[in-house]
Amino acid sequence: MKRKVSLRVNGEEREGWAEDRMLLVHFLRDELNLTGTHIGCDTGHCGACTVLLDGKSVKSCMVLAVQAQGRKVETIEGLEREGKLHPLQEAFREHHGLQCGYCTPGMILSSLYLLRHNPSPSEEEIRRAISGNLCRCTGYVNIVKAVRAASERMATRVEAPSTEETG
Amino acid sequence: MSAARTSPRSVAVPAPAEGTGWVGKSIPTKESVRFTTGHGSYLDDVKLEGTAHIALVHSPYAHARIRSIDVKEASAMPGVLAVYTGEDIRKLVDPFMQLAPPPADKVLDYPLAVEKVRFVGEPVAVVVARDRYLAADAAEMVQVDYDVLPPVMDAESAASPSAPILHEAIGTNRVWDGVYEYGDVDGAFAQADLVIQEKFHYHRFNSAPLELNAALASFDRRTGELTLYTNNVMPMFCMPLVASSLRLPSDRIRVIVPDVGGSFGNKINSFPYMVLVSVLSMQLGRPVKWTELRSEFLAAGTHGNERTFQIEAAVRKDGTLLGLRGEAFDDTGAYARYEPAGAVIWAQVAFSMYRHKNLRLHFHSVFTNKCPVGPNRGYSRAQHLFLYERIMDRIADRLGLDRGEVRERNFVRADEMPYQAPNGTVLDGGDYARALHRVQEMLDLPSLRAQQKALRARGRYLGVGIAAALDSAGNNFAQVRVINPHLPFSGNSESARVWMDMMGRVHVAMGPTNQGQGHETMASQIVAHELGLNPEDVHALPGFDSHSHPYTGHSGAYASRTAVMGGGALLGAARELRRRIQVIAAHLLKTAPEDILLEKGEARSRRTGNALPLSVIGGVALGNSLELPLDMDTNLSVTYVYRPPFRIPSHVDKKGNFTLTYSYQVHGAVVEVDPETGKVHLRRYVAVDDCGNMINPAIVEGQVIGAAVHGIEAALLCEAKYGADGQLLASSFTDYLCATSLDVPPVEVEHFITPSTAGPMGVRGVGEGGGTALPALAAAVEDALSPFGVTFQDSHLTPERIQSAMRGRAPTVPSPP
Ligand code: FES
Ligand code: FES
Repeated sequence: MKRKVSLRVNGEEREGWAEDRMLLVHFLRDELNLTGTHIGCDTGHCGACTVLLDGKSVKSCMVLAVQAQGRKVETIEGLEREGKLHPLQEAFREHHGLQCGYCTPGMILSSLYLLRHNPSPSEEEIRRAISGNLCRCTGYVNIVKAVRAASERMATRVEAPSTEETG
Repeated sequence: MSAARTSPRSVAVPAPAEGTGWVGKSIPTKESVRFTTGHGSYLDDVKLEGTAHIALVHSPYAHARIRSIDVKEASAMPGVLAVYTGEDIRKLVDPFMQLAPPPADKVLDYPLAVEKVRFVGEPVAVVVARDRYLAADAAEMVQVDYDVLPPVMDAESAASPSAPILHEAIGTNRVWDGVYEYGDVDGAFAQADLVIQEKFHYHRFNSAPLELNAALASFDRRTGELTLYTNNVMPMFCMPLVASSLRLPSDRIRVIVPDVGGSFGNKINSFPYMVLVSVLSMQLGRPVKWTELRSEFLAAGTHGNERTFQIEAAVRKDGTLLGLRGEAFDDTGAYARYEPAGAVIWAQVAFSMYRHKNLRLHFHSVFTNKCPVGPNRGYSRAQHLFLYERIMDRIADRLGLDRGEVRERNFVRADEMPYQAPNGTVLDGGDYARALHRVQEMLDLPSLRAQQKALRARGRYLGVGIAAALDSAGNNFAQVRVINPHLPFSGNSESARVWMDMMGRVHVAMGPTNQGQGHETMASQIVAHELGLNPEDVHALPGFDSHSHPYTGHSGAYASRTAVMGGGALLGAARELRRRIQVIAAHLLKTAPEDILLEKGEARSRRTGNALPLSVIGGVALGNSLELPLDMDTNLSVTYVYRPPFRIPSHVDKKGNFTLTYSYQVHGAVVEVDPETGKVHLRRYVAVDDCGNMINPAIVEGQVIGAAVHGIEAALLCEAKYGADGQLLASSFTDYLCATSLDVPPVEVEHFITPSTAGPMGVRGVGEGGGTALPALAAAVEDALSPFGVTFQDSHLTPERIQSAMRGRAPTVPSPP
């Protein structure tokens, strides 16, 4: 039986229908058409589906849509502000921190979670923070560089408030 | 971390003929805007109204006869639209064409198993349902009754006449076998001071792109046209297979490849699934989508070729390799879906980067009860290059020489380039010894040796390994005629279209799909470079669509070919468009075409300085054309096909130029091995790469690092391992281990730039040099454990394998510094 799920996504009230067993990642992609959140495995290992749920980074393939009822979700689609890329998005671009781009949304959200809690992480801390996100293309070198560059950039700018705060 | 270094014979990227010098610049990729904002469009992001989803029923056995399949219960499940078995599908499609010569050409291969299953995970039935959850529910209810047969789990035993046969129709497990013989092999062995005998095994793995295979077919009964969305990266090469299997004329099939989330060769063998969703869509009259599960990818996607070598090397006591002879067994799995191409592709690097002249290899491609193999980064060459590097190490160790010196003694020298190897392949430039020296310098070898000695005294084992390899690109398809002279393939080509519209805007499209190599960016750079524009002002069509992109039968993103083949096509098209623009501008500016310079979006007379914006040229040519003489060509759309000058190799002597260009790389690894646990800690990893001129150095560096990490994880982590009963022991990322950010150190890269003497713009292909890591790590682990006197024959260095090699051994004399 399907039930209505209402939640706040990227600062906007959204609702859709989900069976109890529907994964949050499928709900986001198929019900809300937010296809920036990707799927790369069946076991919660790859991190392609990472989103922030009430500000915490989670693998949205390990959460049921109904569990997100009434909660706040941030996805990659919510990072741009008035047509301007978020510093993490800018840095991934400038440092060639992506190739196929399939891991990128999950990587950026894991990195965003890190930088909100640790604004100037060391290389080791960055590597640990993204260790639940597989990138099959880049060998991680430029991803680490990009996160570091973003942290520097964000230290000199005030990060746009998170969607949950604006929403 | 990286710096471009210029080798003595190197020159910088040649100055552009016109314009602004965009070739050679590390600009951020155009694709990265949509990829960082979540607006990429990958296959599963494509949504069509009324789409049905499929779930596959897989074989739990490696080898079994299908007695019966009961779909009754499944068909009655909610949301189920239809259930098809292999028998049902067999009636609707034709089997796939086989590349092998007789008798293996008689193998019957369908999208679903018919009569028998031949590997664990082989699909036997398919459920089509309203959504993926309902399809998966119903797939569980399909009852299959099997008669289990003994499986054949390694190539050598599969080749023996007493082995159980996978494909009874052909009466043998051999896909192909043949002897490659170059030079005077027996003469070389007669002169040898030393003959080394070895057996090496290159294990099974794949590079596991993060996006899984997927396909979406939509058959329009009204028009009779099938639109097939796929993330196959060689779609137009697969098209004859797909069309003939579906019994549809190719003009009824439109192929669309959106953004692709990585492939590394693994997304070429997906054509059985493309046919499956297509035939289901034709049957049901609605769109049908398949998105692969990771477990399906690991069991039934593509594995890289698993190869065993039994080899002898003839060596002079100064370390010169005189000749190699032996057998190679390629375990191709249960079906030959790209094979036996691998039985000849290795010959692109038959002699690796070494000068020796004599080689005899009896190559066997054999069916086993495992997942079918197919291209994986470094396809069929990485295996052969692994053999060479390990042989070089063995030569040095047996003769008490330095491993680096032995390589240097045997390398083709810079002053011999371009160098023709005894099988006719031509190495197109480079300085291999210098790259080796640079890696030794980067590692600071003397200080590493001192550290190694000091640590050993404290019971810690540090080791260093260096290996070299080639990355061949722009293959001559005619090489498959060595294995089957009747195959209708030869040469290589790529197509690009560059056109200007009425507003003077420039567009570009080409044949290769885009799976992360930044093709839109590199195409824009080349076109901008030639037409005096900014890459941002060139509109590159994303992805691939057979209705809007030009292509040839060779088109696709495989074998490191796009910079070379696509580059040649883009250059040809852009230059011809430039010429046409010059002619029109010259008429309007009353000057000669040669006097026209294209710069900053204008066509300018060098002589008078008078200029016209491209919008005027486009407007006049396409909308105001009576301003031009009637006999002047106003077609501003140029399609150009680039075609390297190959010949058809002889299938008798198996000689010919099998590929156009050869990048090379030298990799160095520093490891510490725990002798108790067998765990390898990778401390440092460096690489020198030379792919000639670089169109976008940042993209190149990304390819080099990414490939190196695939090699590192292949050596230390991932293996598609099977048990003796034929069960796959790696069914998810829990047991198929890919490198995380914590498993690999920051790979350090330097570039040499020796322009290719063969490729357009002096470029060579790049992206598959990662195979170098496997011999480099094997060498490093052996070096670390040299006090124990252990050697490794396998490319996969698990803690268990290392522990078992160490069992009962104590460190002997402290090894010399
Ligand atoms: S899809 Fe792989 S962790 Fe969620
Ligand atoms: S960029 Fe392809 S998986 Fe990370």
